[in-house]
Amino acid sequence: MSINRRNFLKFAGASTLIGVTGTAVIEKILLTDAEAAVSPGSEALTAKRWAMVIDVSKIKTEDDYKKIIHACHSIHNVPDIGNKKDEVKWIWEEDYEHSFPGVSDEFVPESIEHKSFLLLCNHCAKPACVRVCPTKATFKRPDGIVAMDYHRCIGCRFCMAACPYGARSFNWRDPRPFIKEETKEFPTRMKGVVEKCTFCSERLARGLKPACVEASNGALVFGDLEDPNSEVRKALSAHYTLRRKPEVGTAPSVYYVIGGNEHA
Amino acid sequence: MYNGGKIIAGLIIFIGLFTFPIFYNMGKASKMPEPKLDTPAIKELPEAERKCVESKEYMKANHMQLLDEWRDLVLRDGNLVYESTSGKKYIMSLQNTCMHCHSNKKEFCDKCHTYANVKPYCWSCHISPKENET
Repeated sequence: MSINRRNFLKFAGASTLIGVTGTAVIEKILLTDAEAAVSPGSEALTAKRWAMVIDVSKIKTEDDYKKIIHACHSIHNVPDIGNKKDEVKWIWEEDYEHSFPGVSDEFVPESIEHKSFLLLCNHCAKPACVRVCPTKATFKRPDGIVAMDYHRCIGCRFCMAACPYGARSFNWRDPRPFIKEETKEFPTRMKGVVEKCTFCSERLARGLKPACVEASNGALVFGDLEDPNSEVRKALSAHYTLRRKPEVGTAPSVYYVIGGNEHA
Repeated sequence: MYNGGKIIAGLIIFIGLFTFPIFYNMGKASKMPEPKLDTPAIKELPEAERKCVESKEYMKANHMQLLDEWRDLVLRDGNLVYESTSGKKYIMSLQNTCMHCHSNKKEFCDKCHTYANVKPYCWSCHISPKENET
């Protein structure tokens, strides 16, 4: 069978058209099918940008700190290795000077200067860790949470170098033997991955507030930064707050009320 | 051919040695293992509800793809609930949903994985159920 130029061009044009539109249509059908079968669940708490306000004055005794840290570390199987070098932490205590290095003025009230501050991942709006991650193991969710996908983490620790807050810990050794109270509902991590606070995304999905917020007796407030009626926005409009190292441009989502109630 | 006898004898010995494992193990293929489904959680279910999230055949062939999809759906896309083809809803969680019923990792997961010589690294992070009964 011979074919002339005119017919060949017609045939080629038609088959290209079928190829392009056909695959697009099929992909559309397949993708919508897959999406229809899953959902976030009816109880899930949602927000445009999750944020936290920590009222420093409401956390007074050493026990208050311990209780909050324990609430987090016990439900997330965070190991207690016992030395600074291998330490893994999601939420921890730090002094004023190291919490707010940019605002360390010469004469601050002693009560502030010698106070411990609760630090955790700031879930930045412009997270430096996400920009540098070569495998997209750490990523920003649409609700503002900077999440970790440990399945993808190759342990390069670029994110640790990028994070201005020291919020990330590397598992230098197998964490399992150092987990004192193992929680069955949550995985552990393995040697060679970086881990950090997740703003309790697994609890939010089930309609619960983060564990630290629950354990804090109202010292930690959690909510949607873009909802003017949310608890965090109310706390932010009632108090003057600090954020850690705002000058580095990562737009952190954790705010600190320093003065406390007496100035409110 | 110089030393023909020796070469041929040598070749025969070599082939004999080389194929020895094949002949030695002939007809002794180990039986395909049957994963055990007799955990307390499964036994408690009424007969009609004793089903996995999808059909047995589908799970047998595709559980790894399903788990891989679940992982991304939950972790990266923030989903929690999976609606199976039968319309029933499940929470997508290896540790809390799958292993709730299949609490016998050794008899359920490991048996076939060992047989097929696949080594999934699920359990270096996910906590497997404590197995007291075995």
